[in-house]
Amino acid sequence: MIKNLTKKLAATSVVAIALFALSVPVFAHHGTAAFEISRTITMKATVTDWFWANPHCFVKFDYKNDKGEVEHWVVETSNPPDMMNKGWTIHTLKAGDEITVTVYPVKNNKPVGRLITVKLPGGQTLSN
Amino acid sequence: MQKGLVASTVALVSLLAWSSAHAQNTATTESTPRRNLYVGAPVDGWTSLPVTKPANSQPGTAPRRDISGIWDPGNGGIQAMGAGAMPEDGKPGHDLPYTPAGLAALKLSKPSNGVRSVMPGNTNDPVVACDPQGFPREDLYELRTTQILQEPSRLIVLYEFGKIWRSIWTDGRDFPKDPAPRWFGYSIGKWEDDYTFVVQTTGINNEVWVDRAGRPHSPDLRVEERFHRIDSDTLELTVTINDPKMYTKPWIALNKLPFKLQSPQFDVTEMMCSPSELAEYNEFIGDPASGKDSK
Repeated sequence: MIKNLTKKLAATSVVAIALFALSVPVFAHHGTAAFEISRTITMKATVTDWFWANPHCFVKFDYKNDKGEVEHWVVETSNPPDMMNKGWTIHTLKAGDEITVTVYPVKNNKPVGRLITVKLPGGQTLSN
Repeated sequence: MQKGLVASTVALVSLLAWSSAHAQNTATTESTPRRNLYVGAPVDGWTSLPVTKPANSQPGTAPRRDISGIWDPGNGGIQAMGAGAMPEDGKPGHDLPYTPAGLAALKLSKPSNGVRSVMPGNTNDPVVACDPQGFPREDLYELRTTQILQEPSRLIVLYEFGKIWRSIWTDGRDFPKDPAPRWFGYSIGKWEDDYTFVVQTTGINNEVWVDRAGRPHSPDLRVEERFHRIDSDTLELTVTINDPKMYTKPWIALNKLPFKLQSPQFDVTEMMCSPSELAEYNEFIGDPASGKDSK
């Protein structure tokens, strides 16, 4: 039974990896020139705004860093039709939500980035 | 790299699990049968839910002289690196046959994606600034759920991106002489046979980029579209660029992109560029990311 489960899990992972490799890349439409894609940052933060619009949706959040300072971040996602395809809606985030967010930061060290994944208050994880 | 791959796999597996769970819920709450042949995509703009593929769906024969309907190309229409059949990705076989004038004109465009990408704050891509895509770019970038209406004298094509439309006249008219250039040019079409509708377009203005990669064109550009009805559920689109001033020979920009027929009740989601929303994006992300603000 465990052997089958492991086999199944391995098979799923292979399929998942294969699908990921074949899928349209995250930066398909909107370029990587400004982003540091070799580095990711994960933050536990509080949402202050969720802006649902073209060309990108974006989420604003406050992150308290190691020095105890509050950093005001703005992080973009893809456009609403793409986000809807991935299960996001205009109601996915709201001010006050406690999230864990992983981003690609911009190259110039400003608190700006592109979202990779977010863990919502309910525990669900969504991707950009 | 390892960490990223594990994270990606976890994210994707979660998403797939969510999608299939959600799909099952959707099937049981629908009162009107919906026909959607793409699992997971496209997303109905009205309900904001993925619509599942019905079991045992077999396409029927193609109707004659009919390409009307709501058609979805899946992700194949996004074409983020430029024209789907000839993206600007540096790969062999993807070099366009530029004339010297064509190469010089290419260098004037500063796209914000792809191999010649500049920073978002430095692009001169008209679409990034909320100008219309125009033609043929509406076919060659962000081509999504497309609605085709057939009238006696023309076809009307409604595009998702920009919530914009164009007419293709079928009443036998020829192109206007010395027309004022338009974003979408002037289109005339006719049936080559019962299943192939061929369209020619000229008179495209100078603002339009051919595609996301900023390929150039001259006023002499002529674009051919071939819509081929394969069966009851499938339509294929082929787009050919013909511009002897810019390219030494015609080239195929999109090759038999397949579209699947959607339910007539399918509500196409809205995808529009709003200058005020763009200004907010630039204020909070675009300009800071490009080092353009004073903060």
